[in-house]
Amino acid sequence: MSVFKHLLLGIVAALAVVVLPTASWAKTEIQFWHAMTAVLGERVNEMAAKFNASQNEYEVKAVHKGSYPETLNAAIAAYRAKQPPHIVQVFEVGTQTMLSSGAVYPVYQLTKDNSITIDWNDLIAPVKTYYSTGGNLYSMAFNSSTPILYYHKDLFKKAGLPDKAPATWEEIEASAKKLQAAGVKCPSSSAWPSWVLVENMHALHDQPFADHANGFDGLATTLKINGPFGVKMLDLLARGAKDGWFTYNGRLNKAEAVMNAGECGIFMTSSAFIGNLTRASEGKFTWGTGPLPRLAGFPQGNSIIGGATLWTLKGAKAAEYKGVAQFFKFLASTDNQAWWAGVTGYLPLTNAAVKAMESSGHFQKNPNQRTAITQMQSGKTTPNSQGIRLGNFNSIRDAIEEQMENVLSGKKTAKQGLDDAVVKGNEILKEFAALYK
Amino acid sequence: MKRTVFRNRWLPYALVAPQVAITLVFFFWPAFDSLRLSLYRASPFGDRLIFIGLRNFERLASEAAYFRSVATSFLFSFCVTVVGLALALLLASLANAKIRGLTVYRSLLLWPYGIAPAIAGIVWLFIFHPSFGILPWLLSFVTTYQFNWFLKGWVAMVLIIAAAVWKQFGYNLAFYLAGLQAIDKSVLEAASVDGAGPIRRFFAITFPLLSPVTFFLVTLNMTFSFFETFGLIHAVTQGGPGDATSIMVYRAWKDGFDGLQLGFSAAQSVILMIVVITLTAFQFRYAEKKVTY
Repeated sequence: MSVFKHLLLGIVAALAVVVLPTASWAKTEIQFWHAMTAVLGERVNEMAAKFNASQNEYEVKAVHKGSYPETLNAAIAAYRAKQPPHIVQVFEVGTQTMLSSGAVYPVYQLTKDNSITIDWNDLIAPVKTYYSTGGNLYSMAFNSSTPILYYHKDLFKKAGLPDKAPATWEEIEASAKKLQAAGVKCPSSSAWPSWVLVENMHALHDQPFADHANGFDGLATTLKINGPFGVKMLDLLARGAKDGWFTYNGRLNKAEAVMNAGECGIFMTSSAFIGNLTRASEGKFTWGTGPLPRLAGFPQGNSIIGGATLWTLKGAKAAEYKGVAQFFKFLASTDNQAWWAGVTGYLPLTNAAVKAMESSGHFQKNPNQRTAITQMQSGKTTPNSQGIRLGNFNSIRDAIEEQMENVLSGKKTAKQGLDDAVVKGNEILKEFAALYK
Repeated sequence: MKRTVFRNRWLPYALVAPQVAITLVFFFWPAFDSLRLSLYRASPFGDRLIFIGLRNFERLASEAAYFRSVATSFLFSFCVTVVGLALALLLASLANAKIRGLTVYRSLLLWPYGIAPAIAGIVWLFIFHPSFGILPWLLSFVTTYQFNWFLKGWVAMVLIIAAAVWKQFGYNLAFYLAGLQAIDKSVLEAASVDGAGPIRRFFAITFPLLSPVTFFLVTLNMTFSFFETFGLIHAVTQGGPGDATSIMVYRAWKDGFDGLQLGFSAAQSVILMIVVITLTAFQFRYAEKKVTY
């Protein structure tokens, strides 16, 4: 009996320790579910801690919920169980899903209801257009990046190439062939195959990705990626894969491991890879960056952003939403934006933050962080390059990458592969449209 | 045999009740739920649920890729089961011999089972990565053939079969070892005396006597490869290249969780359920007759 008594006492004591402090402070808790890992996860915690220290009414609890799809699924499950987090980080391909969900408390509304003023007009244009509907911002811009080109300076030297990023696909082909001849295993490659090589290449060359202005003027129903540009682009890559100057290294960001290992001469991925590559290459190799390469004979568009935004979900108390609005105000502050962009490599989201970073000399010390900003500023924003907003975009991306593999392995021609991706993609779009008709 | 008699009429029911409750809540409820969901087009956040009859199934039937996925699943499951059991039986027979340090070998052989499929996948990824894996590097000394499973479907398939076999190996081995130790030595000795060699002894005595174990393991491995390998595939190939390793359970998971097409995914899991129930029933109906207990 005495054992039991001790056990009971122990449990009571443990509970007291767990329950009492929070009860005595009585701060309003705000659940913030995110998908940031490693260094980025630490930065998110740091950000939440700074906000928590800045005031004493609210306590933001940043909780890592796994990958982007896992985080979204966790939020969906919680929402359906009527226990939603206040804030959830959703990747850009989930934007249409969120907009259609009916579960969202739009951020412009949230800030208005809580008399918080954030100068949305100061948001950099690509971010603002991507996440606004009817001129109103629906989710809080958080981590945005755009793909850029990286090149391995030491391998360039070894192949007798000048210390300069190739600016066109013709230059990539020529440089990569030299790298190949010099024995480089991965002359050129890219992570996020669909995002970089299909989505961004279409936008960069002002080519439509889907109808209804890529889904911005209404639900998209048809993919347009099997046009002359898409075919020419993928044909080029297939030829590169066959001749060995372009290497395919897997879906999602799997290829980044190869660049981290210093095996690739030319590499394309998110600008937010800068932080990782800096750490991985330290003391091993040097690298530089440049804008995404262009294909001759097509008009100028702009690269589009990836990353994620913060969505506020319906179903919480008014007092808690007040805290969410406060937190968003803190996020949008120039100080926070300049810090966040500086330590992560994501784009600074406001023009004020870009200026602050410029005047503090941050870009002089970190010129690679300027590349993405320069690239986006020198591009032309058109209906084809403001972004892509598709229902179940994640599945469509899968369908595209599946077919890219079939093409790059020589199983299908570029035209066949893209046609098949369009058929599958349209079916997915049709299902989505039928759901929200 | 002594028969246990319960005096209390209700006690036996009370004793099995927790197990029945668990089965109902965790197996039957979700199963019926997916059966129901498969007839709907459902929105991720649950605000829309449109009854569409068998449309999800029609959609699957119209997709050549789905039939490929079914074929891939059978091939995968067959290879994992046959290769896995053959290897386990071989090594179990060897580990059953009287050798020094036997317990150490046995413990080491059982290890892989303790590794989560996703972790196993990561380990394999590092060993076999076409760019920085150790095995492709070693192979490059022998042949110039590029074993790039990022693009070559058959290499990817062999890779995940091998990974699944390795993952399940400890489990199979444990059962075969136990089975081998239960075989009466005197029978084998008698056969030896009659002049049967080791191979003859194995096929005439050991293998038939192990048939209950084999039967159990076949059923189990098949179920394992149909259902539980998605973590491994997700970590290594994501169903690619193309759809070369996109087995049914992986597709169902992907369309459901990555693609948020819940009804469509439910329809796939219903088909998967039917396939596995049929296979298991078939085994119990026909294969079990060959089992000598």
